[in-house]
Amino acid sequence: MSAEVAKKTTKRPKQDRVAIVSGLRTPFAKQATHYRGVNAIELGKMVVNELITKTELDPDLIERVVFGQVVVLPEAPNIAREIVLGTPMNVRTDAYSISRACATSFQTIASLADSIMLGDVSVGIAGGADSSSVVPIGVSKKLSLALVDLQKARTFGQKLAILKKLRPGDLLPVPPAIKEYSTGLSMGQNAEQMARDRGITREEQDALAHRSHSLAAKAWESGLLNDEVMTAHVPPYTKEPLSQDNIVRFNSTLEGYAKLRPAFDKKYGTLTAANSTPLSDGASAVVLMSESKAKALGYKPLGYIKSYAFSANQADHDMLMGPSYATPLALKKAKMKLKDLDLIEMHEAFAAQALSNVQAFGSTQFAKDKLGQRTKIGDIDMDKFNVNGGSLAYGHPFAATGARLITQTLNELKRRGGGVGLTTACAAGGLGAAMIVEVD
Amino acid sequence: MANNSIFEFDLQDDGIAIVSFEVEGEAQNVLKQEFIDEADSLIKDIAQQKEIKGVIFTSRKPKSFIAGADINMLNSAKTVEEAEQMSRNGHIIFDKIEALNIPVVAAIDGVCLGGGLEFALACHGRVCSDDKSTKLGLPEVQIGLLPGGGGTQRLPKLIGIAASLDLMLTGKQVFPKKALKLGLVDEVTASANLIKAARKRLMQLRKGQQKKKSIFSMQALQTLALEKNPIGRNILFDQAKKQLLKKTKGNYPAPEKILECVEKGVSQGKAAGFAIEAKNFAELVMSSEAKSLINIFFATTELKKDTGIDSDVQPATIDKVGVLGGGLMGSGIAYVSADKANKMVRIKDISADGINKALNYSWKIISKKVKRRFISDADAKKTMSRLTGSINYDGFHDCDMVIEAVFEKLELKHQMVNEVEANCSNKTIFATNTSSIPITEIAKAAKRPEQVVGLHYFSPVEKMPLLEIITTPDTADWVVASCVELGKKQGKTPIVVNDGAGFYVNRILAPYMNEAGLLLSEGVAVEQLDKALVKAGFPVGPITLLDEVGIDVATKVAPILEDAFGERMAPPKIFERLIADNRLGKKNGKGFYQYGKKQKGPKEVDSSVYQLLGVEPTKSMSNDEIAERGILLMLNEAVRCLDEGIIRSARDGDIGAIFGIGFPPFRGGPFRYMDGMGIEQVIARLKHYEALHGERFSPAAKLVSMAEQKETFYG
Repeated sequence: MSAEVAKKTTKRPKQDRVAIVSGLRTPFAKQATHYRGVNAIELGKMVVNELITKTELDPDLIERVVFGQVVVLPEAPNIAREIVLGTPMNVRTDAYSISRACATSFQTIASLADSIMLGDVSVGIAGGADSSSVVPIGVSKKLSLALVDLQKARTFGQKLAILKKLRPGDLLPVPPAIKEYSTGLSMGQNAEQMARDRGITREEQDALAHRSHSLAAKAWESGLLNDEVMTAHVPPYTKEPLSQDNIVRFNSTLEGYAKLRPAFDKKYGTLTAANSTPLSDGASAVVLMSESKAKALGYKPLGYIKSYAFSANQADHDMLMGPSYATPLALKKAKMKLKDLDLIEMHEAFAAQALSNVQAFGSTQFAKDKLGQRTKIGDIDMDKFNVNGGSLAYGHPFAATGARLITQTLNELKRRGGGVGLTTACAAGGLGAAMIVEVD
Repeated sequence: MANNSIFEFDLQDDGIAIVSFEVEGEAQNVLKQEFIDEADSLIKDIAQQKEIKGVIFTSRKPKSFIAGADINMLNSAKTVEEAEQMSRNGHIIFDKIEALNIPVVAAIDGVCLGGGLEFALACHGRVCSDDKSTKLGLPEVQIGLLPGGGGTQRLPKLIGIAASLDLMLTGKQVFPKKALKLGLVDEVTASANLIKAARKRLMQLRKGQQKKKSIFSMQALQTLALEKNPIGRNILFDQAKKQLLKKTKGNYPAPEKILECVEKGVSQGKAAGFAIEAKNFAELVMSSEAKSLINIFFATTELKKDTGIDSDVQPATIDKVGVLGGGLMGSGIAYVSADKANKMVRIKDISADGINKALNYSWKIISKKVKRRFISDADAKKTMSRLTGSINYDGFHDCDMVIEAVFEKLELKHQMVNEVEANCSNKTIFATNTSSIPITEIAKAAKRPEQVVGLHYFSPVEKMPLLEIITTPDTADWVVASCVELGKKQGKTPIVVNDGAGFYVNRILAPYMNEAGLLLSEGVAVEQLDKALVKAGFPVGPITLLDEVGIDVATKVAPILEDAFGERMAPPKIFERLIADNRLGKKNGKGFYQYGKKQKGPKEVDSSVYQLLGVEPTKSMSNDEIAERGILLMLNEAVRCLDEGIIRSARDGDIGAIFGIGFPPFRGGPFRYMDGMGIEQVIARLKHYEALHGERFSPAAKLVSMAEQKETFYG
């Protein structure tokens, strides 16, 4: 059996659930477009500030902010606290930050939910923000080493010796790594391997991307997202404000996808820029309260958290299978079967990764080999799957995606008159996250 | 040594005497006669004690060194001689400090202004704290006076002629960093280290060390070129005089007298300098200009304490302000609410673009402050985060006050009242920034008319100091008190007025503007009209004002006033023709003046306007007559406003006219001006013009009865 970890098994009293009172996100934008020059902290501040205002939440009631970013800005690693200090929030609001790669805001929400269930706090804000437009650009390892050595060197001769070792190439700035630290593989290579080994075709992937964009476009056109996406005004406030994601293709055609060349494996690859999520900028956040507190304050929560689980699997092979590992754990904690769910919202990092997981959900072999259970997780009814499109269309500002999935699912459940939904994502390092939410 | 009521003397083991002072019963330390008397005996004692090696002067009152001389004391001088003696007494005591043969250092924490700074200048060294409250300056010119405690003599010596003129002629206050750069203080340090720094400075002075300044800085080079030789100095003084005359139009004597003091001091030496300072000071103290400016100072101080209501009802807490409409006025109101008053502000506009523009308005002002290093980038962002917007009423429910700044249309205003009542709480105050529609009309749509009030801001909101708060008979006292408090926090001087067509400011402005239009129809040239009133002391002439405000906006209120008050408020026919020709003023680049790219030097009149209006600009009329006709009508209308209870007092009427219209401050406002002129004389002049131009000059009934009873406005 492969390594999988069940994290929490604590049961909470049924009567006081964790309520998701409201949720909001910025529009997601392609790298270096609307949010050019706006860093993740500013995006986080923007969404939290508007969320508080829109929710008409007294800042003094907010006891804790849990936030995260994946591409961490070295000058301010605790984004949560910066959000508190940089907005009209009460300075006495506690704040800490977490990173769990692409599942970061699953974790911020889960951690805050833990505190609420423990009775530690009763009102808080969780979320995540990421910018691919403002990233820490560093120096080469050689130059960095030389700079440290130079500080220690005493004589001119020693200094010269250090400098002599440097080559012009060492002086070039280095953008943040796209390769996984421990495996040396890029995300694209990982997804390419998964597609290759499972025989997932280019056509299948393009079809999923087309589906995602078409459904997202429809959702926007029918105004489904107006309430959960704010309008982003960016300094110096001369650029036209952004009210919609600028990644969604409103005139997506299947033929369009076929034209692109493979992005990662130029020879035999099936992944293209169009069936992978683009680098994007954005932030999202939710207000969490204990159910009793929410009611006492007169709020009608959007929905409630039923269960959640995190998993870890191998990172050098089939790395992005997290949903298939985390989902059964979350289902078990909720005492539910896949067929009990009304909606399944899965993060689409790559069409290949989403399709691989859809396949694994319906595979008895996978269940036996990897999960150590006799029955498969369950076949996914595509009518319940990412009904308003997924990350392929909306984009994926890493830390912001989890909260987007959760808020979007809750709003859809609400429109359908209530029900239960699964939200799940894979994350770098072979991690998985799954959260089951319900709307009364 | 005996401690007296103000000073405490503490001789330390090392022979340094720390002399601390506090004037009890005052918010700030001020220089009073008592202070001077006690200081005098103290210095005598110090001079006799051989064991004292140095003196540090510091304040015991937190965040207040000395805020200046007690203005009441200055006001008490009955004659020029008395006033001159006052200045001389100051000279004597400060001279004694300067003449002590042990070093004396002022340790400054908090405001150090006017006489307070002159006191510090008499010391041999000055150190100050980096606290936010620490400000140094000689603001006397702002109340029509000059620094009469040796400031005009000691400051140029310390920081140079040009720099000292800049401080004294503008009255500006400088923060510690700038004070250090100017050489006004020797060191800036944290408040807690102030005495340590003062002690260090004392030691340096004892060793005879002087602060060294680089001779290669721009400042040093300028000093060398302009100040260290008579030719350069003459150029400097000439330039300064030209510039100040351009600003004062000869209406304010103080700047010229300051210049004279500095010039004499530099060219004829110390004794002559101090003598001319005392003489000029005394003349200014007795001048009508200074009296007017001091009265304005007192009136604004009073208004700062005024709650705006007669009952003792408490204002509501205002945390969040909603603004409807992101146009020019809405943007400005949002800015002062967020940045000055530190409120949360929610802006609603019909489009996201409108909100963006409103945010940009604040951003421009705030980023300018960042550029000038008044505030940090983080502070700027934090202020901006208090401003948010929406195209619906999301986030409006918990607004304590909503200020509407939408188009001037009654139906639209009614719609706003209904929407706010539907979307906000039952405690939310509805304020309208209308400049023309009576508040009572707007309140008719309200379910809670007691929560409807007018807040008339003036454009540009962040610069204009007046806020006209308009109440209807229904408006509740707590609503008025809340508005007054918010207005003060927004940095405004609020006056509370009763509802009526044009309220107060626009009502007295209208006949004055109409008269300008009539004068133009009679054939007086545009430039001359503007020039005459600028010379009379208005910041801009009436025609320029029309162009700036927008001819459509400026003429909007006219028909309402004509409806309410009849013929005397009838706007001249020519205004209609301007609107018909789509001449809206500066905003559409088409008005009385030319608005083009090549603008250099004074702007030129668009002469096609004469053809349009069918007039020949050939009539010759004296500037005095032009100004008098407009001003008299304004005065006459102001009397009616007081009589009808539109304004609560003559004081409010004076402040409203000065801060809202720019009525010449040196005249003290319409009511002070009439008192000064004599009511009889006002009536006589009005009757003179009535005979020439008709009934609009007919003196108000109140004026006539006042003349009969020999009354004045200020008793």
